[in-house]
Amino acid sequence: MPDLVSGSSAAPARPRGADELKFRDPARARELAGAIGHMVAQIGRTPVTVMHVCGSHEQAIAKFGLRQTFPEGLDVIMGPGCPVCVTDLPEVDEAVVLAEDGVRVVTYGDMLRVPGTARSLAEVQSMGGQVDVVYSAAQAVEIARDTTAPVVFFASGFETTAVATAAILVDDPPPNFFVLSAHKYIPPVMEIVAEMPETRIEGFLAAGHAATITGWGIFERFVDRHHIPVVVAGFEPLDILAGLAQLVELIRDGRPAVVNTFPRCVTREGNRIAQQQLWRVFRTTGGNWRGIAHVPNGNLRLRDEFARFDARRQFRVDLKRLWSQAPAALTQRCICGDIMAGISSPEKCALFGKECVPDAPVGACMVSSEGTCRIWHQYGGHPKL
Amino acid sequence: MCLGVPGRVLEVNGQIAQVDFFGVRRETRLDIIDEPVQPGDYVLNHVGFAIRRIPPHEIEETLALYELLLHEAEHDIMAADVRGEIDATRASAGGPDA
Ligand code: SF4
Repeated sequence: MPDLVSGSSAAPARPRGADELKFRDPARARELAGAIGHMVAQIGRTPVTVMHVCGSHEQAIAKFGLRQTFPEGLDVIMGPGCPVCVTDLPEVDEAVVLAEDGVRVVTYGDMLRVPGTARSLAEVQSMGGQVDVVYSAAQAVEIARDTTAPVVFFASGFETTAVATAAILVDDPPPNFFVLSAHKYIPPVMEIVAEMPETRIEGFLAAGHAATITGWGIFERFVDRHHIPVVVAGFEPLDILAGLAQLVELIRDGRPAVVNTFPRCVTREGNRIAQQQLWRVFRTTGGNWRGIAHVPNGNLRLRDEFARFDARRQFRVDLKRLWSQAPAALTQRCICGDIMAGISSPEKCALFGKECVPDAPVGACMVSSEGTCRIWHQYGGHPKL
Repeated sequence: MCLGVPGRVLEVNGQIAQVDFFGVRRETRLDIIDEPVQPGDYVLNHVGFAIRRIPPHEIEETLALYELLLHEAEHDIMAADVRGEIDATRASAGGPDA
């Protein structure tokens, strides 16, 4: 039984700050960890493999040392839950070419250093390109309002961030404001990963805040098709343990169902107002997720009604000139894609913590604060004691 | 960026709310919130937009994680994401602090 309670007894890799929150309700934490262990034993085969699809879940699992509390036979792996990491090379290249052609590009911070075919936006910036970091779509619009020159917002993120981009576009942005959408939609990629023969995912832990937008009902079709349970969970250590306990119970009982363990934010219908804006502005289309696969309906692109704001339709973006330039040799050894598909882990990458570190990232998973490699690097790898 | 940040509504003016984020007063947009809000309500914010009115009985539990994170060092990536979410809201016309 993992030691969740006595703050003094030594889990050597226990991250700072773990105690205060993990022990907010120690009895409950002990109960949940015990229940998970018991049910995994009842399943009677190992490993039982479940996947979550959210950088914030991985941050909390690693930061609070939750893997130390999981039983030996339970593998909790992070899938394609980092929107920056799954942004494909040609998408980065589009932004790179625009910036090199003198267009002002604004984007979220983590997008700056994501490698493109030949270079990242950060490299274009250091060569004099106008690339700025914003924290929100609204700030991107403000930059556009202050000038008459074109401003392209290179927008990334899943549902939660895409709704903000949508809200900005329906709110009458200035005519010199454009969106280059790299927004991604999570439910379709779960189907792809569930079908991958190399992975044996037996259940998904769905991200609470994306489900705040979409509602948990969206996973019902997935469960019907794949007969794999889905549990929506929050981000506090106890929320995650409760979500995992529910998921392992569904696996034990052979009961593919959707269960919402995060009712404080998630309803069956979700946020209808946000959904209306999301689907008014965006449609889904197929596209590659970096290193993983082609994901049908996995990319969000602007609808025709918003074509005048669509950088892809308003600028001529010639990517060919980048294609003669091979990516750096190190980049070709990055196994980010396999990690996000759930078939490898950072410690299996020879570059992890050596040639590839947060200050000099080789792959996107080390760039983004939601990337598995970056998270494990910060919180001490894969603590499983 | 999936985590978002909760804050307490101080004032509502149309589609804009003045919100107190752990002592920092900022403006957040209400275009896509699921329910109408009034002063005293808590909202969950994502990249400058409120996406959820947090039910009153859930507030304490929601805030605990963030209170802990905001005491973390600068370089903690989870804490940095939360600070980034606060920076995604607009500086309030009423001054930087509540
Ligand atoms: S450690 Fe770096 S090179 Fe290796 S998989 Fe992660 S991001 Fe790629």
